[in-house]
Amino acid sequence: MSDLTRLSAADLASRIASREVSAVEVATAHLDRIDAVDERVHAFLHVDREGALAAAAAVDRGEITGPLAGVPIAVKDVVTTKGLPTTAASKILEGWTPPYDATIVERLKAAGMPILGKTNMDEFAMGSSTEYSAYGPTNNPWDLGRIPGGSGGGSAAALAAYEAPLAIGTDTGGSIRQPGAVTGTVGAKPTYGGTSRYGLIAFSSSLDTPGPCGRTVEDTALLHAVIAGHDPRDSTSIPQPVPDVVAAARRGATGDLTGVKLGLVKEFAGDGSEPGVLAAFRESLEALVKLGAEVVEVSCPHFQYALPAYYLIAPSECSSNLARFDGVRYGLRSGDDGSRSLEEVMSLTRDEGFGPEVKRRIILGTYALSSGYYDAYYGQAQKVRTLITRDFQAAFEQVDVLVSPTTPFVAFPFGSRTSDPYQMYLADLFTIPTNLYGGPAISVPCGLSEGLPVGFQIMAPTLADDRMYRVAAALESAVGTFTPPAL
Amino acid sequence: MAAISREEVAHLARLSRLAVTEEELDRFAGQLDVILQSVARVGEVAAEDIPPTSHSVPLTNVYREDVPAPSLAQDAALSGAPDAYEGRFRVPRILDEED
Amino acid sequence: MTTIALPSYEDATSRYETVIGLETHVELGTQTKMFCGCKTDFGAEPNTQVCPVCLALPGALPAMNGAAIEATIRIGLALNCDIAEWCRMARKNYFYPDMPKNFQTSQYDEPLCVDGHVDVVVDGKEYRIGIERVHIEEDTGKTLHVGGATGRIHGATESLVDYNRAGIPLVEIVTKPVPGLGELAPEVAKAYVAELRDIIRSLGVSDVRMEQGSLRCDVNTSLNKPGEEWGTRTETKNVNSLRSVERAVRSEVIRQAGVLDGGGKITQETRHFHEDRGDTSPGRSKETATDYRYFPEPDLVPIAPDPAWVAQLKSELPEKPSTKRARLREEWGISELDMQSVANAGAVELIEETIAAGASPAGARKWWMGELARRANELGIELSAAGATPAQVAALQKLVDEGKLNDKLARTVLEGVVAGEGDPAEVMAARGLEVVNDTGALTAAVDEAIAANPDIADKIRDGKVAAAGALVGAVMKTTRGQADAKTVRELILARLGVS
Repeated sequence: MSDLTRLSAADLASRIASREVSAVEVATAHLDRIDAVDERVHAFLHVDREGALAAAAAVDRGEITGPLAGVPIAVKDVVTTKGLPTTAASKILEGWTPPYDATIVERLKAAGMPILGKTNMDEFAMGSSTEYSAYGPTNNPWDLGRIPGGSGGGSAAALAAYEAPLAIGTDTGGSIRQPGAVTGTVGAKPTYGGTSRYGLIAFSSSLDTPGPCGRTVEDTALLHAVIAGHDPRDSTSIPQPVPDVVAAARRGATGDLTGVKLGLVKEFAGDGSEPGVLAAFRESLEALVKLGAEVVEVSCPHFQYALPAYYLIAPSECSSNLARFDGVRYGLRSGDDGSRSLEEVMSLTRDEGFGPEVKRRIILGTYALSSGYYDAYYGQAQKVRTLITRDFQAAFEQVDVLVSPTTPFVAFPFGSRTSDPYQMYLADLFTIPTNLYGGPAISVPCGLSEGLPVGFQIMAPTLADDRMYRVAAALESAVGTFTPPAL
Repeated sequence: MAAISREEVAHLARLSRLAVTEEELDRFAGQLDVILQSVARVGEVAAEDIPPTSHSVPLTNVYREDVPAPSLAQDAALSGAPDAYEGRFRVPRILDEED
Repeated sequence: MTTIALPSYEDATSRYETVIGLETHVELGTQTKMFCGCKTDFGAEPNTQVCPVCLALPGALPAMNGAAIEATIRIGLALNCDIAEWCRMARKNYFYPDMPKNFQTSQYDEPLCVDGHVDVVVDGKEYRIGIERVHIEEDTGKTLHVGGATGRIHGATESLVDYNRAGIPLVEIVTKPVPGLGELAPEVAKAYVAELRDIIRSLGVSDVRMEQGSLRCDVNTSLNKPGEEWGTRTETKNVNSLRSVERAVRSEVIRQAGVLDGGGKITQETRHFHEDRGDTSPGRSKETATDYRYFPEPDLVPIAPDPAWVAQLKSELPEKPSTKRARLREEWGISELDMQSVANAGAVELIEETIAAGASPAGARKWWMGELARRANELGIELSAAGATPAQVAALQKLVDEGKLNDKLARTVLEGVVAGEGDPAEVMAARGLEVVNDTGALTAAVDEAIAANPDIADKIRDGKVAAAGALVGAVMKTTRGQADAKTVRELILARLGVS
């Protein structure tokens, strides 16, 4: 029974389709696994045994077929699920149950994928360690005293703990990729606009991108194909057809990268990466060269401003996006004892309901948008964004993809980066540039450093999601996958 | 660039409807000061003639037809309401006049 | 507190120059809201025309109503504006419970239409009102304030919010400041709003009814001494009718003159107009102007209207109300001054429709500019709400033309129509008001009158035909006015052998 949780999504899908195993058996195996280990991992905020089994049963009755029919999935709690609590890991939404499904959730349901539950995250997707969840952190299955990354630590940990074969994450500055890197799993950020944001609780609207997470590149690609595609309810949703990422992944798995040019970003070279991370990264590069790829050094001179630009743009947009949490229509209302005005009740509600990182970013964003400061901060950051985009475009004229370590450090111990917020921000150093550009990027496990996973990041031009899957699959074929110690 | 003062943080907190405690004010002022000095680096870039990017997707003119779609039923609309009365959301007395 | 002695309006405008500006919001009559597919019907049960988007539930996203963009462009074109080649929506950030996102999606420094004008005529003179900008935004929900004495915010203990109206498309039209109007500022302001309303109504994009809130007006006023810079201006809200526009400007001019005369300074503030008192009172003063922290709306992509499409919309614009009025003036054969009165009374379309229903221009004008205008003025309501439809008026006039009613009877029938008793023919029958044409009955009444007034009859026989009037009166009395006076007169004269 338990080895069903060790199988890939692709494998599970084919066994369910051939009726070798039932979808209910598969869902049950994963739900039992969650029961067995999640007290220690704390990947889930809510488990929906009844709903998952009902969805699985529908697949067994032959009501739904498809490439991933019957394969269970975990969904980051920042995405609305009708009838299932959705909190964005915040106290301000404790107990809120959405009356509607996000578009990507509708697609999961239409694909016959039982939803096991909602996964833990940094509050409102702001963070790189899941330590800012209002409901307690998630523990990295590789070492329970270490962070699983963030903001999507719950989804990544669920995969690494074999609680789910697939998971949905969202990536604004690296929130899919960095958790993937530190948990030894695959996490992909599609081209911005490639996956619908309708139903994604907004953090930074021009950067937020829902994406697929899995333990293998092929699994991730299969999920990508289910959730991606145009949505008329999201005006920033791109109209172009979804590139054939599954075919690209399978092509890459044959291990031939002849003629593919990998761009090494000069400006990332010395940036405070741990030696173990750099070592694993370089070995992987060599492995790719052995497969026929060529490494070219490129210069992206404005990448050094990506982090500061991001920490102006994202907080600004979030200060506006989070204004709706005011205790009027849903969520927490605090201090309404009949003596206070609405303004006071709103302020008390928000101070009680939001955690410190969220409050910091709201204040920072309000500042950056203030008249008198707008030009120097938010306005200037948007210009830097243009320059970063031009750096990418220029680089992609020379190379096919850009590569880097996903994050400068392996999973760090709890509490080691929370006293100085900026130290936490540094985890996103390599992931942020592509969010500002809007291009796709993926993190693939590439090695270990002192027993902890290292991630390899591949960035592709906008709309060329298939290209990154090809290179990712090739790397995976060379280095294999990595299994954490038993829980 | 200038540091951010405790008073400014208090003002911003009021603007964003956050009833921060004194202790939070102290903590945030210091932290935000550090963060602001770091992000102010964007000012080092010469960008006078560079157009700002507000959208990374090159789309324009995305419209919806003026055709009705189903609305939520009243009880679903009010389902999350902390306080409701006869079909409306109830809030305590409002100080500011409508703009 | 000392009360300031107020000058008269004439005195104030003789010593101060005025600058006015108007900001108007038009609620578009689209089927659905600006950013979602919820219906826009008036009067629905609270919170039944809402969805995740207009309720601002977590995760919701806006999707722009194409018809609203087209309507805004057409309004801009009708106001002689240039249409932006590329522009964006922006977020206007502030907290208020009727605004679910706690920001309004609007436009900031990139409005869809700029730099137009509207021409109005007041007292035979033409004035050009510059249009600064026209942009699209969304309406807020409705708040009921409970517990206070007046139903307004002051003194309320709680409020109840309905979001049915939240998200309905709103077009904002801002004029350039208009100096140099002198004492005619109130009339020009009123004429501008009336003309704006007529132009927008002719486009069919809104029913622009001030009393229903689909046309809302804020008026800005400032005073300055001749030769000096423009003064501090105040903004007056809650101006809910054309008459109020005029009165609001007038009262603000007087008030500001009083303050300035007393050596005081005008506070830049928002004031509230009181219909019943005809004056304004200050709103809650704010220490500093609100910083809305505008930034481009990231959830919506830019608007870049195709120039060819804009040109086509321009070519398809309907006849301008002023052109139409000139054309109708000629058709109806009336003077410019008379036409202006018709326009001022809001009677142009009503008369036009009455003529289309079969009445003559003179006949149609008589009723709308006469009885119905009188009633509308008395009750302080719009002419179109005076209680009769163009079809009914045309039918009424037809009955007169056919000789079934005389003028006096027709007025009585009209009263019945307005009272809701039915169409003219129905009222006439129900109340038995038809002109008596039965010659036999009339002859009997005439003979009765002659017999009762032998001296007058003699005078008539002697040639004093004018005396017939008294006999006509007697006959009219006998027949309760239900005779045609002319016919009666002829009968009398014939009877007395002098016709």
